[in-house]
Amino acid sequence: MDILITGLLLGGTYALIAMGLNLQYGVARIMNLANGELLVAGGFGAFFFYTSGQVSPFLTIFLVAPAAFGVSWVIYRIMLRPLVNRAKSRGQLETDSILATFGLSFVGVGLMLAAFGGDYFNYSYLARPITLAGDTFALNRVASFLAAVVICGLLYLWLNRTRAGLSIRAIAVSPDSARLVGIDVPRMAAIAFALGGAVTAVGGALISTYLTLDASAGVIFTLKALIIVIMGGVGDVRGTIVAALFLGVVETLVASLIDPGLTLAAAYALFILVLLFRPQGLFGKTPT
Amino acid sequence: MSPVLSLRGATKRFGGLVAVNGIDFDVAEHQVLGLIGPNGSGKSTTLNLISGALTLTSGSIKLRGAPISGLAAQDITRRGVSRTFQLVRLLPSMNVRDNVIAGAVFGHRRRWGAEARDFAESLLERVGLGGKGQMPIGQLTYIDTKRVELARVLASDPTLLLLDEWLAGLNPTELQDGIALIKSLRDEGRTIILVEHVMDAIRSLCDRCVVMSSGTKIAEGTPGEVLSDPNVIRAYLGDDDA
Amino acid sequence: MSSVEIRNLILTAIALGVCILLPMADSGYWLSIGLSIAMFTVLATSWALFSGPTHYISLATAAFFGVGTYTTGLGFETLPFWSLVALAGMFGALMAALVGLATLRLSGVYFVIFTLGLAELVRQVITWAQNQSGQKGLYVLTDITEAMIYWMLIALAAAVYLTGWLIGRSRLGFALRIIGDDETVAAHSGINTARAKVLLFMVPGAVAAMTGAILAPRYVYIEPSLAFTPMLSFQVVIMALLGGTGRLWGPLAGVVPFTLLWESISSNFPNQTTLLLGLSFLLIVYALPRGFVGLLDRLRQRVTGGVS
Repeated sequence: MDILITGLLLGGTYALIAMGLNLQYGVARIMNLANGELLVAGGFGAFFFYTSGQVSPFLTIFLVAPAAFGVSWVIYRIMLRPLVNRAKSRGQLETDSILATFGLSFVGVGLMLAAFGGDYFNYSYLARPITLAGDTFALNRVASFLAAVVICGLLYLWLNRTRAGLSIRAIAVSPDSARLVGIDVPRMAAIAFALGGAVTAVGGALISTYLTLDASAGVIFTLKALIIVIMGGVGDVRGTIVAALFLGVVETLVASLIDPGLTLAAAYALFILVLLFRPQGLFGKTPT
Repeated sequence: MSPVLSLRGATKRFGGLVAVNGIDFDVAEHQVLGLIGPNGSGKSTTLNLISGALTLTSGSIKLRGAPISGLAAQDITRRGVSRTFQLVRLLPSMNVRDNVIAGAVFGHRRRWGAEARDFAESLLERVGLGGKGQMPIGQLTYIDTKRVELARVLASDPTLLLLDEWLAGLNPTELQDGIALIKSLRDEGRTIILVEHVMDAIRSLCDRCVVMSSGTKIAEGTPGEVLSDPNVIRAYLGDDDA
Repeated sequence: MSSVEIRNLILTAIALGVCILLPMADSGYWLSIGLSIAMFTVLATSWALFSGPTHYISLATAAFFGVGTYTTGLGFETLPFWSLVALAGMFGALMAALVGLATLRLSGVYFVIFTLGLAELVRQVITWAQNQSGQKGLYVLTDITEAMIYWMLIALAAAVYLTGWLIGRSRLGFALRIIGDDETVAAHSGINTARAKVLLFMVPGAVAAMTGAILAPRYVYIEPSLAFTPMLSFQVVIMALLGGTGRLWGPLAGVVPFTLLWESISSNFPNQTTLLLGLSFLLIVYALPRGFVGLLDRLRQRVTGGVS
C-alpha cells in the first residue's frame, strides 16, 4: 500500500514533466531532448533560492516558470523555428530537431557544470513525516504531488476551456488545417514550446525537494518523460497522466522489491511492451 | 477465364467514416478499367486497398484467384501489382535511370546489374525519355517526372498496373502525349486500372468503367453506358440537374 | 571493376599499409592517438553504413561496445581471444536484430529514444547482476599489447570498409538508398523495408561489439560504468555526421579532426567535454548538415558547375 502511494506521489511529478514534453512534441513537433536539462535547471533554481535566502521552492516556481518560459521561447524562435522552416519532410525535421536538442542538452549540462560544478545537490525542505492511510510519507513528496496536481489541472482547463487552448489542440491535430482557419501557427507553436519548458522547469523545482539532482541528471528524466509520452500517446493529456502515475508505481515497486538500481530497466521494460503491443499509446486509436 | 483481379465486398472504414463500402468488380486480362467518380467518392482509397497501402476492414481482393488482401504492400508488388501515386513520388537522390531500376530489382520479375540497366534504358525509351537516364530528378519537367514514375512501375513487369490520376495536372499538349502513351500500353495488352477525372481519356482508353459515389459503386459498364446513366449524372452534378 | 575503383583500391591498400607501420614509429602518445582514431573509424564508419541511408540515429554504440568488452572480460580465461571477438560480433548482431525488430517498424523518434537508453539499461542490469554475485568489476589480464590491439582494429577497419563497399554494390545497399529517399516507394517497389533495415542494423551492432571485445585487454579492469559510457555513442554520432555519411570514407574525415580536438580539450579542460559535444551537434545541424563531404561536394559543384 505504501509502495502504491509512494509510486503515485512520484508519478504526479512525472506527469508534470511529461506534460511539458508532450506540449512541445505534440504542438511544436519538436522532440525536445534537452527537456531534462531544463528540469535540472529548475531544480537548481529552487536549490539556490532555498539555500541562499530560505525561499520556499513552492514560491520559487513563480520565478522559475517565467524564466523557463522566456528561455524556451527564445530557443524556439532562434534555433528551432529555422529547422521547421527548412525541413522538407517530417522525417528531416525529426532528425534535425533530435540533433539540435541533443546539442542544446549537452550545452546545458556543460554550462551547468561550469556554473555549479559536478556535485550532487540536495537540501532539506519540509522533510517531516506525515501519516496517510496508516503509513508515513515525507511531507515534501506529498506537497509536490499536490502542486503537480494543481498545475496539471490548470493546464488541462486552459487547454480545454480557452480559445488559446483550443488553437493549441487544433495545431496538435493538424497544423495545416489550423493555419487555414486563421490560427497563427508559428506563434502558437512557440507559445506551446515555451509553456512546455515552463511546466518542465516547475516539475524540476518540485522534484528537487525530495530527489538529489546533479548537473548531468537531466538525461534520465528526459528518457522517462519520453517513455511516458509515448506510452500515454502524443498529444493526449489524460494518457500522459495515467502513464506517468503507472510508471511511478512500477518504478517504486521495482526499487523496493528488487533493486533501486533497476528503475530505468523497469521503465524500459514498460516501453518495450508498449512498443510491441500498443505503439499508438495506451489510449490511442489504432492508426488507419 | 478467371479475372486478373476481383474485389468482393471490399470495405474500408476510418473510424466512423465508411470510405469504401462493399465494392465488387472484376478486371479481366488485357482490360483497361476506369475507376471514376466525384472527388471523395473513394476511388483512391480503393486503389490503396488493392496496392496494400491500406488494409481492408472487410471483404476480399483476389489476384488471379489468390487472395492478396491483408498482405503488405511489398508482397502485393511482388505478386505483380504495381502502382503510380496521385502525387508523383520519385527518389530525389538518384538519377532518372536509377529511379527506374528501383522498380526492377525487387518487384514481380526481378532484374539486377547490367540486365536491369538495359531494361531501364529500354523502358525510358518506351515512355519517351530516351537518353535522359543520367539526368537528376530535379531537372525534369512535370510530365517527365510522371514518365519516370510510369517507367519505374513498368520495370517490375506487373500483371496489373494501377494508375492513380496519372493524367491529372498536365497541360493540353502534355495531355495528348500522356493519353497516347497510356493507349500504347493498352495496345501492348496490359491490364490496367485507371483512376481518372479526364473524360476524354476515359472515353478513349477504358474498356469498362466502375463509377463510385460516397464509397459505393453506383454504375458499371462501357464508358458510353455509364456516362449517360442518370445515377452517374446525378452523382456528378447533383439532384437538380438530373 | 572500373579504373576509378582500381585506383581507389590501390590508394586504400597504401593507406592501410602506412597505418600498419605506426607502432614501429612510436609506442607512446601517438600510438594511443592512432588507436583512438582506428577505434572511432571502425565505429563511425559502421554506424554510417546504417544511419547514412536510413537517417535513423542510433545511440546504441555504447551498448554493443559494452557487451563486447564483457564478452572478453568473462571469457578470456577459458576461450581463445579470436573466438571471443567472433562471439562478441554474434552477440552484437543478435542484440541489434532484437532492437531492430522492436523499433525499426516505427518512426525514427522511437528508435532514438530506445537506443539512447539501451546502454543504460544493459549497464543497470549488469551492475545488478554483479551486486547479486558480489563482484564489482572484472580484471582482464592478458599479454596482448597495445600495438596488437591497434593492428586488430586496423584489420577490423579494413573489413568494415570492404563490407561497406560490398553493401554499396549489393541489392541491400540499393534497397536502403531507396528507403532513405522514400519509404512508401520502397514498399511499393517490392522491398521488405523492415527486414532490410534490421539486416543492416546488425552490421554496426556486430562491429561495435567486436571493437569492444578487442579493446577490453587495454582497459585491464572493466566495470559497467566504463564499458557502457554513453559518451561513446554520442562521439560516434558526431564524428560520422561531421565527416558526412554520403560517402564510405566520409566518417573518417570527421574522426581524425574530432579525435585530435577531443584529446586536446579533455586533457586541457576536462570539464568542458560535454560543452564541446553540445557545440559540435549544433555546428553539424546549423552549419554542416551534410558534413565535410557535403561541403566538399558543394565547393566542387561551385567550381565545375559555375557556368550553368
